Amino acid sequence: MDEQATLKIHRGDSAQGEMLEYKIPVAPGMVVLDAIHAVQATQAPDLAVRWNCKAGKCGSCSAEVNGKPRLLCMDRMDKYPAGEPISIRPLKTFPIIKDLVTDVSWNYEVNKKIPPFKMRDNKGKEPRFSQEEADRVQEFRKCIECFLCQDVCHVLREHDEKTTFAGPRFFVRTASLEMHPLDDENRLDLLKDQMGLGYCNITKCCTEVCPENIAITDNAIIPLKERVADEFYDPLRKLYRIIFPEKNKNS
Amino acid sequence: MGKYQTFQYDVVIVGAGGAGLRAAIEASAQGAKTALVCKSLLGKAHTVMAEGGVAAALSNVDSRGDWKVHFRDTMTGGKFLNQWRMAQIHAQEAPSRVRELEEWGAVFDRTKDGRILQRNFGGHTYPRLAHVGDRTGLEIIRTLQDKGIHQGIDVHMECTIRKILKDGDRVSGCFGYQRESGRFVVFETNSVVLATGGIGRCWEVTSNSWEYTADGHAMAMWAGAELIDMEFIQFHPTGMVWPPSVKGTLITEGVRGEGGVLLNSAKKRFMFDYVPEMFRGEFADTEEEANRWMKSVMANKLPEARRPPELLTRDVVARAIRSEIRAGRGSPHGGVFLDIASRRSADDIKKKLPSMYHQFKELADVDITKDPMEVGPTCHYMMGGVRVNPETQESTVSGLFAAGEVGGGMHGSNRLGGNSLSDLLVFGKRAGEFAAKHAASVSTSPHCDDEQIAQSAGECLEPFNRTQGENAYKVHEDLRLLMQTKVGIVRSPDDLKEALIQLDALRTRAAKVKVDGNIQFNPGWHLAMDLENMIDISEAVTLAAQERTESRGGHTREDFPDSDEAWGKQNLIVTQQGREIKISHKPLEEMPDDLKQLFKK
Repeated sequence: MDEQATLKIHRGDSAQGEMLEYKIPVAPGMVVLDAIHAVQATQAPDLAVRWNCKAGKCGSCSAEVNGKPRLLCMDRMDKYPAGEPISIRPLKTFPIIKDLVTDVSWNYEVNKKIPPFKMRDNKGKEPRFSQEEADRVQEFRKCIECFLCQDVCHVLREHDEKTTFAGPRFFVRTASLEMHPLDDENRLDLLKDQMGLGYCNITKCCTEVCPENIAITDNAIIPLKERVADEFYDPLRKLYRIIFPEKNKNS
Repeated sequence: MGKYQTFQYDVVIVGAGGAGLRAAIEASAQGAKTALVCKSLLGKAHTVMAEGGVAAALSNVDSRGDWKVHFRDTMTGGKFLNQWRMAQIHAQEAPSRVRELEEWGAVFDRTKDGRILQRNFGGHTYPRLAHVGDRTGLEIIRTLQDKGIHQGIDVHMECTIRKILKDGDRVSGCFGYQRESGRFVVFETNSVVLATGGIGRCWEVTSNSWEYTADGHAMAMWAGAELIDMEFIQFHPTGMVWPPSVKGTLITEGVRGEGGVLLNSAKKRFMFDYVPEMFRGEFADTEEEANRWMKSVMANKLPEARRPPELLTRDVVARAIRSEIRAGRGSPHGGVFLDIASRRSADDIKKKLPSMYHQFKELADVDITKDPMEVGPTCHYMMGGVRVNPETQESTVSGLFAAGEVGGGMHGSNRLGGNSLSDLLVFGKRAGEFAAKHAASVSTSPHCDDEQIAQSAGECLEPFNRTQGENAYKVHEDLRLLMQTKVGIVRSPDDLKEALIQLDALRTRAAKVKVDGNIQFNPGWHLAMDLENMIDISEAVTLAAQERTESRGGHTREDFPDSDEAWGKQNLIVTQQGREIKISHKPLEEMPDDLKQLFKK
């Protein structure tokens, strides 16, 4: 095929970078990641990009294409106007390592702070729950950790509140534990005090970019906000806690 | 030299897919100071690509499916070349490993009475695969990851191991580089567990990611370990064939497990014509019977009818598809049709196969609830690997362990779908356990030889010293094309001979590639180094394929189309002596009588 595409790709590291232009031939069904691989193979072998599964299942190849957070492996070239250059930049919210690769290690640190799954006491019986109960958390467990939601969330992107705010990915993760039919841990203190759930003002930017179509705001964040509100701001509960401080430790 | 970082651990695990993570959890549970070293970010390993499910005889859906049937299916599927003891341990321990995942928070799909649901799959007599829609691998890796990070395991992400270091006859550490900085790193340890996955990047059409560059297979061979069953490569019957961008991308066997059928250009269900002698009697003869089976399964009843032939083992189905295409009965883009649209409702398809629906819609403009998919074989899994002790997973080199795809022997000549996720859980756990015990049993601290380290570092940096030379990508492309055309599903003696000559030429070219840029996150450099593993292991595969003059499972010879009884009692062993890769024969260990009884009908 004779058709050509022009890519403008960020090249450089944390100290300095520039947008360099590359031209490559287009094949049917090509995705942006294929175009980047073509550039690597023929023009810039040292171009740094992360990828693994190339099927939208691992969440490695996140970047910003024409300013929009995308998985490069699921982003069709024919979606973009022919003849116009396509710009590919690394995620803005995280520090650049090189070219399209960013330092996402902060996310792994946040994840460590969330208390793990704790199996309830099933009294020696095989645990049972319905598919309907499973459905509720399976939606959250679809998350591929591409961190596009983290990239687009203004609390992180504009305000860089990484010390006080965990970001949508970890609200989804916490929701997957809090709503797990067999879990017996309480993470509401953590959500309120350390994960900064209150900072989210439900603009739904995260939901819009999720490649797994998880209803992050509606199904994870809002129900968690309600649980926190019930736990800490319900006047009757507050009174109950004052009267029975012991009983309330693990409520 | 001296320009490298050094770490000390009791156990170092190379690779953080299911096997590596499970090994790390076990090693640290045993009290070993454990490192988990992975080429990608944590949670991105190839296990996330596993779709259909994990095979375990839970007997939740059909009570007839105990471990003995699982063992029998595994041995039959492997055409009896499996190490029987591994297949036995695997079938016996898989249910506990799956239940344990549930205790750690995994959420499998449920039966009506709230237990773990199991689905039908190729080669499994009863519904055996615990699953989560078509993203079971993601569920497993995330469960293990979230368990592992609270266990005090040190994770070294984006770090590639290049060499096993030895002190005399035993392992003393491993050497590699940080991808981000390009700096070298040495892990001093008495126990190394290889959990590096497979070798699919040696073929042009593959479902495997960039990580599958035969690292562990090559490192083990270079360190003096034996490899086994290297001629057996699994070509998964159903990869995408169109558009070119996604050629090879996996379509789960779950599509057929959920009722999908294979059709040729005349809309004929051709699999009825390809039931091999050894499976005759176990599969439906007619569409009517196959449809009856399907009806019972859909109605949650125990089927009396026999299974549809689309659920034959992968080697059989892949060869059948290849034959249909070669006979001119293929689809427009050189595959055959896989139809689920006319078999299940749109809602069912979206619920049971959500990522397949999404994948075809986004990447191929096909709505699988309305139209059939076009599919063809894709290089998917390496049956062969490091020969290990079935109980401990230790290789023939003291202190070197292997688990998951890089381990060999469990699957014989052909792996059943769903037996990979269970393999990596069962043997990942064992590898971690025995690696920790080994580390505790060695009284001396590991000593890594400076000279070995300096030599490895020098080899890695060599491509930067060349002022001219070709680009590693071109050599890799030619290697993949060579293996695809000469060492594919069906092999001829002339092709294999030619492949060996070409591999030599590629080795010469690989030794002269030039790398641009610097050592920081430089994929061109990383690939230049990986060529060495890929070419050596491609040669090992080709030599073994040349030696085995019969057809069996994932090895089909054009000139010897049938299985041979004498070959059925022999494994091939690959070792490296000096620079030379050698093949030897090893008689299979005989099965004890109580297991033999299971095959009498």
